Amino acid sequence: MKSGRRKRVIKEIKVDISKCTGCRSCEMACSAFHAMPKYSSINPARARIRVYIDEIRDHFVPIRAGSYTQAECTGRNRYVIGGEEYSVCAFCPASCPSRDYFKDPDSGLPLKCDMCEDIHPLEKPMCVEACKFDALTYSEREEEYYHERDQKTADAGELKIAFEELVKQHGLKKVMESFSQLSKR
Amino acid sequence: MRYGETGARLEIDLSRGNIEKIDTDPRDTELYLGGQGTAAKILWDRVPPEIDPFSPDNLLIFTAGLLHATPVPGANRVVVNTFTPQTNFMSHSLMGGFFGPEMKHAGYDQIIIRGKAKDLVYLYINNGKVEIRDATHLAGRGATETGDLLKKELHDDKVQVAAIGLAGENRVWMASIEHGHSSAARGVGVIMGDKRLKAIAVRGTRDINIAHPVELFEKCMAMHKKIGGSDGCGDWMAYDEDDSFHHNHFAWGNARTRRKNFWSEELQNRWAKLKYDNMSRQTSCYNCPKNCRNVIKYKDGKRFGYKCYGKDTYHMAAFKELDFSYDILGVAQEYGLDSYSTPQALAFAVELYEAGILTDKDMPGFPKDSGERIWYLLEKTVRREGIGDYLADGVSRAAERIGNGAEAYDHNTTKKFEQLPIKLGKVNPAYFLMIATGEKMSITQIEGSFPQDPMRTLEERQEFVNKWTSPPDDRFKTYFLEWNKRDEMSDQAFCDIVDWNEAMHYIDDSTGLCGFVSSFRGQFGGEVAYNIHNIPEMIELSTGIPMDKQKLWRVFERIRTLVRAINARRGLRRKDERPPEDHWAVRNEEMEQKLLSKYYMFKGFNREGIPTEERLEELGLDFVAKDLIERGILREEDNFTAQELAEAPVNNILRG
Repeated sequence: MKSGRRKRVIKEIKVDISKCTGCRSCEMACSAFHAMPKYSSINPARARIRVYIDEIRDHFVPIRAGSYTQAECTGRNRYVIGGEEYSVCAFCPASCPSRDYFKDPDSGLPLKCDMCEDIHPLEKPMCVEACKFDALTYSEREEEYYHERDQKTADAGELKIAFEELVKQHGLKKVMESFSQLSKR
Repeated sequence: MRYGETGARLEIDLSRGNIEKIDTDPRDTELYLGGQGTAAKILWDRVPPEIDPFSPDNLLIFTAGLLHATPVPGANRVVVNTFTPQTNFMSHSLMGGFFGPEMKHAGYDQIIIRGKAKDLVYLYINNGKVEIRDATHLAGRGATETGDLLKKELHDDKVQVAAIGLAGENRVWMASIEHGHSSAARGVGVIMGDKRLKAIAVRGTRDINIAHPVELFEKCMAMHKKIGGSDGCGDWMAYDEDDSFHHNHFAWGNARTRRKNFWSEELQNRWAKLKYDNMSRQTSCYNCPKNCRNVIKYKDGKRFGYKCYGKDTYHMAAFKELDFSYDILGVAQEYGLDSYSTPQALAFAVELYEAGILTDKDMPGFPKDSGERIWYLLEKTVRREGIGDYLADGVSRAAERIGNGAEAYDHNTTKKFEQLPIKLGKVNPAYFLMIATGEKMSITQIEGSFPQDPMRTLEERQEFVNKWTSPPDDRFKTYFLEWNKRDEMSDQAFCDIVDWNEAMHYIDDSTGLCGFVSSFRGQFGGEVAYNIHNIPEMIELSTGIPMDKQKLWRVFERIRTLVRAINARRGLRRKDERPPEDHWAVRNEEMEQKLLSKYYMFKGFNREGIPTEERLEELGLDFVAKDLIERGILREEDNFTAQELAEAPVNNILRG
């Protein structure tokens, strides 16, 4: 497909941490929705949303599971919001090696929010449905974006780098053999 | 596979350091559900009446409700039971928050603690990994502070902690168990401290299976919406700034002084400003669309949470204002002190001092200011220093030990337990029965379904009744429609009403539902979420156990009767069933005793308030009857006569 400006629908969950009461209904509902078969078990540890709660410091932050990352952060940030100091982990959606957030408790596989996209789409994701305090609200908006050509052709320079890397790893002989086998197909 | 529950319990012996996981009998779930029901069965089976509360053989039991960790909204109150020194009876204690559901996700419906550790320990439960760990580094630490420290120590912010503070460590009888901003009061912190158990930290990542998933989830999401949008659920006092109810009607000091015109608009505005200037937020318990806890950060104090009347008790004991409570609550929460009974014990000492029974010799340096006095006594009590060693045993026992006329100042206890400081005019028969016979030790734990007061006009009543879906049957609507004066109803009506009120609490405390969405809340407005008609369905869909309202009512009767038998075996008799003598100014001993007899007959108790053999057998409690007869507790001569029985009110609610 050709490059050009296009439109797509962005699904958004707005998180208002001042409205969160820490009831964790979102965790319950998410784990029920993603159970197999649906709703057959409850387990907040399997939820793709978690409420970071620190009652002593009054931190209540719902976080939606994002992507898996192999490596933990180099260094950390600390955020000060309204005089309260939050660790970056309180906001970070990653399933990462430094903590047990967003990993299936049995298999250890990463969990990621899918916005409850289903064969029969929900009006809004289950966590939002379960939040009675509007700490989570759902909206959709259209966004323009630039679409690059579907299959980008690598230039000669990039190919050279890739081959050099393969030769370094496996030796020139093996790479030559594999390449000649491939070319015979 | 078990549905709705884990089917396992944890047995901890702190004396021997032994830890065992035991599978439980699913038939017991049908009979006792969970929560207090299950705990009652365990205490009956395993703690003979000779066992002193401070014996290593006394058990401390944390029991999750049957509906905890299911999608059912508002099911989160874990029950803590033991035998407590103040009454020598079964304690009844509950706390909201997250502890019960977390226990179930860790794989346990109950945690049973027996024995005593040599030094302070804490219990760490992480799914199948259970350890008794040293807690000497936590000695003297605040109760919620301990939770915070353990989360750091265990590198897990999702761990749920129940801990005692200095009060529990020092075996103060009013000590509570604290869990975040929730707490379990009424006599359990002292036993946790006696067992040298500073805290339990629990973390669970296991599934709770649901018997009928789709149906249950749909119903629960609808219930979420209903509770969230209803004014008839939750603690309205979390939002309503008019608290004239407690301040004008409850008694201040040592449950002594009414200040009928205390409340004013000026005061309300000033207090509302104080609240909102210092309120961090309102928070919820697990899976509940109500936010009943006010969380306050006042000056440099520790952040604390309170519900309802909990904000009033200290300043009403001290004749001060809300800022006084805000100052003291952050400290009292960390000490782990029950905010209902503690202020009464302290105000009791102030009275004794003013009466000259306690002197400067007993209380060196006792301040002049009424607020400073409460602070002075609090610090002494939590450390059991000097006079504090007496007050730490609660009003009744302190009065006994101090002697010299102090007993006369112990005027607001029933079964040796501090009651709400309410002093009224003419005796109210329903309330007489509830305060006299309640075994959850506080009127708030038995009242709640039938409105407290009649409505003035028939139109108002009719409108109320038309929307009223919670009564077990239509007779309650008739009672309400025909009700003009608070103290005037038939004995049959009083018995039915008290029984219904009590039933809902026993059901809540076994399923784990919160009184603010169920048993306690219907009396105010009638529009409560859960009732005898819809709870059976929630149980059946969650657990797969066939349940209907008749069967659930029978479960209530079984648990309630078993609790009575447990306490009767430890000496509870008719003579103990007396509301404070000055609870009402105008009493009618003859009427009260006649009514009490009628209610005993209605409940299937004998003249001494002990369940009869027939009733016990009818409820499948034959083993209880056998034991009570063998011990000589259940005696033929205490039976009511056939004629008395023939004239007694009939108990036929949901009995077919």
